[in-house]
Amino acid sequence: MSSVTGVSATDELPGPDGRPPLSADAASTGRVGDRIFGGAATLSGVVVIVLVSLIAVFLIVQAIPALADNSANFFTSREWAPGGEEPRFGILEFLWTTVTASTLAMLISVPVGVGVALFITQYAPAWMRRPAAALVDLLAAVPSIVYGLWGLITFSPFFKPVQGFMEDRLGWFPLFSPTGISGGTIFFIGIVLAIMVLPIVTALSREVFDQTPLAHKEGALALGATKWEMIRTAVLPFGRPGVISASMLALGRALGETIAVTFLVSALADGSPWTWSLFNGGETFASKIANNAAEFSNPSKTGAYIAAGLVLFVLTFIVNSIARVVIERRKAFTE
Amino acid sequence: MSVSRISALGAIALSGALALSACASENTSTTTPAGNGTSAGATGSANCFSGDLKAEGSSAQKNAIDEAISVFQNACTDANIDYQPTGSGAGIKQFIAKQVDFAGSDSALKTVEKDGAIESEDAAKSCGSPAWNLPMVTGPIAIAYNVAGVDKLVLNADVAAKIFDGKITVWNDPAIAALNKGVTLPATPIKVFFRSDESGTTENFTKYLKAAAPEAWTYETGKKWTGKGEGKEKSAGVATATKGQDGGITYVELSYAQQNSLKMAQIDTGSGPVELTAESAGKTIATAEQTGTGNDLALKIDYATKEPGAYPIVLVTYEIVCSKYADAETGKKVKAFLQTFSSDEVQSKLGEQGYAPLPAEVATKVKTAVDAIS
Repeated sequence: MSSVTGVSATDELPGPDGRPPLSADAASTGRVGDRIFGGAATLSGVVVIVLVSLIAVFLIVQAIPALADNSANFFTSREWAPGGEEPRFGILEFLWTTVTASTLAMLISVPVGVGVALFITQYAPAWMRRPAAALVDLLAAVPSIVYGLWGLITFSPFFKPVQGFMEDRLGWFPLFSPTGISGGTIFFIGIVLAIMVLPIVTALSREVFDQTPLAHKEGALALGATKWEMIRTAVLPFGRPGVISASMLALGRALGETIAVTFLVSALADGSPWTWSLFNGGETFASKIANNAAEFSNPSKTGAYIAAGLVLFVLTFIVNSIARVVIERRKAFTE
Repeated sequence: MSVSRISALGAIALSGALALSACASENTSTTTPAGNGTSAGATGSANCFSGDLKAEGSSAQKNAIDEAISVFQNACTDANIDYQPTGSGAGIKQFIAKQVDFAGSDSALKTVEKDGAIESEDAAKSCGSPAWNLPMVTGPIAIAYNVAGVDKLVLNADVAAKIFDGKITVWNDPAIAALNKGVTLPATPIKVFFRSDESGTTENFTKYLKAAAPEAWTYETGKKWTGKGEGKEKSAGVATATKGQDGGITYVELSYAQQNSLKMAQIDTGSGPVELTAESAGKTIATAEQTGTGNDLALKIDYATKEPGAYPIVLVTYEIVCSKYADAETGKKVKAFLQTFSSDEVQSKLGEQGYAPLPAEVATKVKTAVDAIS
């Protein structure tokens, strides 16, 4: 399958004055443009790696003293009382809220996003494709604070009765048990996040679906497949790695979303009982840090928040790594 | 060939930049004295200065200080005062680090050790002279509620503490009914909203509950909420949430309660229900005990006051200044601005912003202290 690029007829001919012919690699070295471009590209790559490593080092260095002073278990405690004589803090609550809200957002946005992308690339009439794609991209350009305001003012009053209904009818199920939190529940945050990340899923999926080789599609149709069968056998398998990486990009955004969540979320009071309910409040890593940034009054307290930030950093890193592994494996099957 | 062209372009750009910067510095040096002359002639009341004055700190006094800044800058067009509402802790830190000329804070400099440092001593060391706490703005904290059909509500510290601690959960609880004879209370569940960020408002409100109802409020006081309820971000967050929720109740600065047209509970201190007004809040400040000495006007508010007509839940924000600045020019600037801030003209305007003006006896002391800054 692999092809060698950069080989031209001159490479194969003997050089003037009896010099040996240029081989494919040697042909491109030594020229100023190649050196500059190659150097610049390498430098950019190195800078990104160094930058990410430095951020990790910064987070770790700042977090270690605070973690050393922590008298509660950092991973399993639900308390958050950093600073002071005997700091006690743990991230369990933030981890739960962050992960459940983001997962919920994914459960909603991925199927819908893929559906929208399929509609735009396969079903929509030609005149509609460009405007529809542009509209979806426009959603991606809406600043997150606007989603926050919209959620608070417009969507929240609409959602409250829905939540009440679900608590009434489905309250026996632990995930939907009533908790007395009125708005800003994990469920609500998840829906708003889903709307925020929808354009990311849609835009990238659309691009890959569009790349499906015509031969695959026509081949499927020629074998008597219906449109849906064609999509299922030709378009979806081809686009799967793209959809997965789009979802992971979206998940990264959902995990780290700050302003809209800070705006909407209902924090829990200290010592509220643990519940699995999605109708409970809670704070995500990002919202907790953003909400309290003004009161980072001493290094030990700041360190505690930075430690929470470090967990979010690692979480995002893990999510992206899993995505990479999945994509690599899928590639092997599709090609 | 191309290399020499690039370097020629660079040389032109460089010389252009030099020429521009030369122009710029010339401009500033000529305009400053002229500007000084006009502004000094145009103003009567304020001692104008030209140049920058930097301050940072409490967000609770942001609107008040903005009002003072606009009054001052209207009179003195060359003065440029910048106040960053980054929070009391950050303001004090920057003040001690000499990054700002004065700090705004919701509490006076601490005179006891906390986290290995004594704020007042660090500030004095940084100033080279004692640092003073000057109360400048008083912000009443309203207990704001939203209950359909209830336009007037009386609470006392004990009942308020039980509501905010989740011990009283419905609006027609007998304890609330006993204080509100003749008012029909619905059976709506009570939804408590608290500040999820650390705030001076929470600190002062819990100090009030602790002082006035020690049996009912057993928690520590502090910037972080320790009671029950549902947390929302900042004053705007709790006010909006209360407005959107039947049965909601929260504690919030007066200005936010007014802007969101929330109803405010009257407080029964033991001498009858007191409505929250600028006067009733000022009365509590006037009875506060001065804990600083001389011109250091740190106050200790008696939250459990039984003074008739005094509304007990108030927050005092201070300007923290050096008594004698190392740089005399800075001292003059701070003094000039704070003279305007403490003037009756500015203080009387603060009422419209949801603050209460300083009561007369405290205002006199503050003015004396400001005049003594050098």
